[in-house]
Amino acid sequence: MIIRLIIGYFLLYFGALFLLLGAFGLIRLPDLYTRMQAATKSTTLGAFSSVLGVGILHPGWFIKCVVVALFILLTAPIGSSALMRAAYKTGVPFDERTVVDKAKEFFGEEKKEEAK
Amino acid sequence: MSILNWIYIVIVAIGAIFAVVRMIKGPDITDRVIALDVFTTITVALFVFFAMVFDRYIYIDVALVYGLLAFIGVLVIARFIERGF
Amino acid sequence: MEKVGKLNKYVFTVVVMFISWVMLTSTFRPDELITGFIVSLLVALGSFEYLTEHGLGHFSPKRIAYLMLYGPYYLWQILLANFDVAYRVISPSMPIKPGFVAIKTNLKTDSGKLALANSITMTPGTLTIDAKDDVLLIHWIYVKDKTLEGATKEIGGPFEKYLKEIFG
Repeated sequence: MIIRLIIGYFLLYFGALFLLLGAFGLIRLPDLYTRMQAATKSTTLGAFSSVLGVGILHPGWFIKCVVVALFILLTAPIGSSALMRAAYKTGVPFDERTVVDKAKEFFGEEKKEEAK
Repeated sequence: MSILNWIYIVIVAIGAIFAVVRMIKGPDITDRVIALDVFTTITVALFVFFAMVFDRYIYIDVALVYGLLAFIGVLVIARFIERGF
Repeated sequence: MEKVGKLNKYVFTVVVMFISWVMLTSTFRPDELITGFIVSLLVALGSFEYLTEHGLGHFSPKRIAYLMLYGPYYLWQILLANFDVAYRVISPSMPIKPGFVAIKTNLKTDSGKLALANSITMTPGTLTIDAKDDVLLIHWIYVKDKTLEGATKEIGGPFEKYLKEIFG
């Protein structure tokens, strides 16, 4: 009983810290692309761990909480990929520390194919 | 037990405030959408947490549907930014 | 995997929908189970043509075994990725060197590519932007190797050997 409480609250707080970290990264990082990296990874783990923590604290709901957690885990990367592609195609500027840009040729080829 | 719950809410609320700051400041529309996405994820976690605190099972379903709608919304906005309508 | 008949696809769709029903309602009361079974029979009738290509072949023991192995590995990678992000965000000098790189994949099926893209998004410092044929475009927060071969080995290598067994 007490062990279950400790594990549950540990997962809950672990998740809360990563949710906070993701939002902090959103403020601190220099350009959109790096911000998106921090936001996607941290908030996904944060919500995943937090929801699992609730599942452990309330064992009757465990299956439902696992469904919610898996749902978050599966959808977050897809949404961020779509957003990032939209951002690149509309020409959002990137940080001056960016060292290599293979994306230009990647999307350039695609345009030629559409023209054919 | 109650104090533990309050600390959780405060931590998560600070995260939500950061997301709102980015949503107001964001130089680009995409920045605002990411901030919205982060805000949504935080809200889903908070919904499930409140389900436990208030002992309401139905809130978990609310969280699930909210997450689903937000996911579809983000995809639609991404498509909209990319091509325009 | 080979193409399969209609009955096979239908049974597979019914099983998947029934499992989803049980997980979403998360009770084992008999009336719920019977309702769920009837509803999944009816819904699968209209949708089995579009939802699956390989039918029951998805449930082969080898795939399930590799999935069991892959799950914990994936979670472990997510944990590592988050500590990496935490280090980059919190440290005052902010060690970032971002760049867009392309990698090649050997996976043939669409679901395999989707799984690889999702896995790459969740591993330390990388985020998939787009996929076209067998090339994936990736944003890397700390570029170690600019060439296509080097990046392929560095980013996609560890996942491919699992996903190749699961999705073929």
